[in-house]
Amino acid sequence: MYTLTGLEMKNPTILAAGVLGTTGASLCRVAREGGAGAVVTKSIGPEPKYGHSNPSMVKLDCGFLNAMGLPNPSYAEFVQELEIAKKDSGVPVIASIFGGNPEEFAEVAQGLLPGQPDAFELNVSCPHAEGYGAAIGSNPCLVEAVTAAVKEVTDLPVWVKLTPNVADITAIGKAAEAGGADAVVAINTVKGMAIDIESGYPVLGNRSGGLSGAAVKPVAVKCVYDLYAALEIPVVGVGGVASWEDAVEMMMAGAAAVQVGSAVYDRTDVFSEISSGIEVFLQRKGYSDARDFVGLAHEAV
Amino acid sequence: MIPLNATIEKIMEESPFIRTFVFDHRFEEMEPGQFVMVWVRGVDEVPMGLSRKNSITVQNVGEATAKLFELKEGDSFGLRGPLGKGFSSPAAGEKILVIAGGVGAAPLAPYAEAASTAGAKVHTILGARSGGDLLFEERFAAAGVLDITTDDGSKGTKGFVTDVLKKIDVSSYDNIAVCGPEVMMGFIFKILQEKEVLDKSEFSLHRYFKCGIGVCGACCIDRSGLRVCKDGPVFSGVQLVDSELGKYARDASGRRVKI
Repeated sequence: MYTLTGLEMKNPTILAAGVLGTTGASLCRVAREGGAGAVVTKSIGPEPKYGHSNPSMVKLDCGFLNAMGLPNPSYAEFVQELEIAKKDSGVPVIASIFGGNPEEFAEVAQGLLPGQPDAFELNVSCPHAEGYGAAIGSNPCLVEAVTAAVKEVTDLPVWVKLTPNVADITAIGKAAEAGGADAVVAINTVKGMAIDIESGYPVLGNRSGGLSGAAVKPVAVKCVYDLYAALEIPVVGVGGVASWEDAVEMMMAGAAAVQVGSAVYDRTDVFSEISSGIEVFLQRKGYSDARDFVGLAHEAV
Repeated sequence: MIPLNATIEKIMEESPFIRTFVFDHRFEEMEPGQFVMVWVRGVDEVPMGLSRKNSITVQNVGEATAKLFELKEGDSFGLRGPLGKGFSSPAAGEKILVIAGGVGAAPLAPYAEAASTAGAKVHTILGARSGGDLLFEERFAAAGVLDITTDDGSKGTKGFVTDVLKKIDVSSYDNIAVCGPEVMMGFIFKILQEKEVLDKSEFSLHRYFKCGIGVCGACCIDRSGLRVCKDGPVFSGVQLVDSELGKYARDASGRRVKI
């Protein structure tokens, strides 16, 4: 059993926000058949949003590019999906939320409370949504204010998901911590773009988007490493985790748990695979539990 | 995969609202029932069932398809695919029932042809609003026995494909492949469920797709949570028991919309 900000999880793998999280049924499937220890919903906002036009996601040789544009049905509509996920998933359900300012964040959090989420994850890091996400997450004052505003309306744990597209991610992590965050999640996608050379058109409907998958893992490991050193609160590692080895590496950098997103492309049961791989690794190395090697890279040198 | 560049070699007017675009790339490995994401540059990218290894058949229903209808031979669009799971492969000697409504005939024509080539006996029920809207009539006729229904009675039996289906002994078929408007598929599902042959049936669903590659979750169906773009678009009837089929779908925001 893993405990993270009071959430009890059967293993340290968590479904990342924005992946297979639009419906309650989908979240249940990832938990039950996929083996995730917890699930994070699609980011939910104050009003229904259709997102950017397609193409909204393409696979590249090195990873994935996406610009979904925060499509969501609004908190009012999503409560019923949250209820389904809570009732049938059997794992903690973390609601990812976004807004354009602290008040909107608080409104969305309050609006989702009837669905009884186990925690909130604040999306202040989406790299391609005008006025939302990274527009807020690049500004330490706003991050602190948004975090404090949500903490004001709920006693549930609040995680803050950070963008790597800043000069110093630890400054943003510290702002979240100052605002009362219970954990930070790092990283969201890295700004990126692809161009169709036959036509000259950018491939994504939004022209540019965020890079995820294998290409960003070293970036994520470095961000997690720095945040672990700079903060008192736990760090959840995300970015390019597709195997138990990736997960262990992320944990040695300082992640208390890992989130998996793009890797569901290959198999939805990647969570089971990672958690059983970690178990075997624990036994082989003689560790009593994963906490024995969280942050090990900081001590080993 | 970045979309490949497909140049239109030929445009065929199938009906006033349906056109086939033959392009210069052949998806040799395509399974009938699989789809491609069609990128109309600068507008949108939408899923389309492959009507041949090198063609899509499109009904003009929205912004992206309207833009497609402006394209001429020699113009190009982007293509990603083939994607998703197609119909199961028919074997020699099997009896196959194909039920196609409207533009739903597009992915079923290559399936009927593949079944016929494999040595299966193919029986198709093809429905449309009127005679002029019937899609791929010759292709289905060449693949086996063909029953036609039209809403207005201008060709074949006046009525719906379900009117013909109700009179057939469905238990004699080894596989029943269905694609058409959701309301029609909902009724067919009920009939096949009552006749206890869902295990032999396959339905090709259409839902709003964003990523098209099984990651985003925009097209997941209730209550299974299965992804239409990757676990489908072709599902066994058994997978659709107690599902949202015929009841509701979701729009681009994820909100439920009644069928």
